[in-house]
Amino acid sequence: MIVLLGVVVVILGFVTRRNPVLVVGVAGVFTGLIGGMNPLEVLAAFGRSFADSRSVTVFAVVLPVIGLLERYGLREQARRLIGRLGGLSAGRFLTVYLLVRQVTAALGLTSIAGPAQTVRPLVAPMAEAAAERSTGAPLPERLREKVRSYAASADTVGVFFGEDCFIAIGSILLITGFVNSTYHQNLEPTQLALWAIPLAVCAFLIHGSRLLLLDRQLQREMALAAAEHDLPLPKGTKK
Amino acid sequence: MIKVEWLYWLVGLVFVVMAVQMAADRSNPRRWTSAAFWGLLGLAFPYGTGVANATAKNGGWTLPAEPLGVAVLALIVLAGFNFLGKGAPVTSTTEEREASATRLGSKIFIPALTVPLVAIVCASVLDTSGLFETGKATLLGLGVGCLVALVVGMLVTGERKLSVPLHSGRSMLEAMGSALLLPQLLAVLGSIFALAGVGTQVGKIVHDVLPDNSKYLAVLAYCVGMFLFTVIMGNAFAAFPVMTAAIGWPVLIQQMHGNPPAVLAIGMLAGFSGTLCTPMAANFNIVPATLLELKDQYGPIKTQIPTALPLLVCSTVIMAVFAF
Repeated sequence: MIVLLGVVVVILGFVTRRNPVLVVGVAGVFTGLIGGMNPLEVLAAFGRSFADSRSVTVFAVVLPVIGLLERYGLREQARRLIGRLGGLSAGRFLTVYLLVRQVTAALGLTSIAGPAQTVRPLVAPMAEAAAERSTGAPLPERLREKVRSYAASADTVGVFFGEDCFIAIGSILLITGFVNSTYHQNLEPTQLALWAIPLAVCAFLIHGSRLLLLDRQLQREMALAAAEHDLPLPKGTKK
Repeated sequence: MIKVEWLYWLVGLVFVVMAVQMAADRSNPRRWTSAAFWGLLGLAFPYGTGVANATAKNGGWTLPAEPLGVAVLALIVLAGFNFLGKGAPVTSTTEEREASATRLGSKIFIPALTVPLVAIVCASVLDTSGLFETGKATLLGLGVGCLVALVVGMLVTGERKLSVPLHSGRSMLEAMGSALLLPQLLAVLGSIFALAGVGTQVGKIVHDVLPDNSKYLAVLAYCVGMFLFTVIMGNAFAAFPVMTAAIGWPVLIQQMHGNPPAVLAIGMLAGFSGTLCTPMAANFNIVPATLLELKDQYGPIKTQIPTALPLLVCSTVIMAVFAF
């Protein structure tokens, strides 16, 4: 019973908005010690699981490439390219990206896109440019943040609810590994991947329609902002 | 054969080189502690090879795990007590970028698209060639893609100095700060929870509270439990063993005869809905916010909650209807 105090430590740290790194560190040491591990075992557990989880930090190798290209105008050029494509609104563009991200993740290609690889240099500037083109005016700061948040969400939802349809992904292997060794079963990854498809479809329908609604929201808020500042209405809005 | 450990050494090297740059950057008010943090993190990557070899017993040189544990605690102290600082960002002006975008045109996309293209080729065509360690082709593809893209990028932009991409990358690293380390630390916490027996304890409580033979309540408890525990732990992988040992296996599968693949796959995805809603899942929610330079670091989470909640309902309904 007493080990559950570790969960309490995490919740308390979370609620009181302490530095999350510190919360995790304290909760780890605390749980290990009250769970009956001696200090050396706690240190070994920290070291061993840190070594086993290095793959989640690998995305940092992409930063120099993106940094170099941004210095030479990658984001500016991404904006210009979308500015030239007619008919593409921010919502439609992000819906297409969501679909591409889900399908590629379902084929096992989870590392090809992500916040550092594609969202910051390409997807977010393109979505902003599309929003500015279809509303016909530069976005105010608040709406710019909103478009960027939606760009990040399209990537995250896409990868989460695409990757489980692929048999060699971490989460599927974790399920089979855990169940087969703990309960002596012979679960196959393909059976699990099949059951991930219905939710992948739900995720696309729900998030896709929210992305499409983003266009109308932007249109409305731009009209409001224009009215507040007594500016001419952006083209395409009705009084 | 290209091994995934080589990629980890490359990551470590990048961190160490950037740490040296930080130590020399006088515009950073906390340059020594920042350099210590990233340098130590960099060294932890190759050291981890020895620890992983010892854990997996797959041969090669081995190292004790305890010193790495000490290093991880030191990283936690440096990041947890705000010893990380930022230097003045090394970058170009808006005018310079506009001018170079005009000069290069769409050629600038070539290196950016090189990363995913090389990753795809590695994961599909070269995966079966035996060139890469089994099961690591996509991850290694990302690494190879970055190296190729760096060369292509320097050719396309005409940049001669390797220090330029490293400086720009370092600015992004400084902007992210300790958020970059959090996902790995959560994985550490998850395994400590498992070692300390948190799952068994939750199972006992659930068993006492849940009324017998109530299928729908049990499904609800499993899905919502996965969701909530993931929100707390920031990672569905940490919540899964806990909740499955507590309800998923003993109640839903053994007692109620649920179809195991359906129960487990959908249960995991109920946890993924939780990942969308929590700042503890830093790599998916906070890192993008800092990368996109958002003022509101909860922006992505606020955008995702209205998708996550209906998806949680979908998981619960699909499991209740189709898994039995």
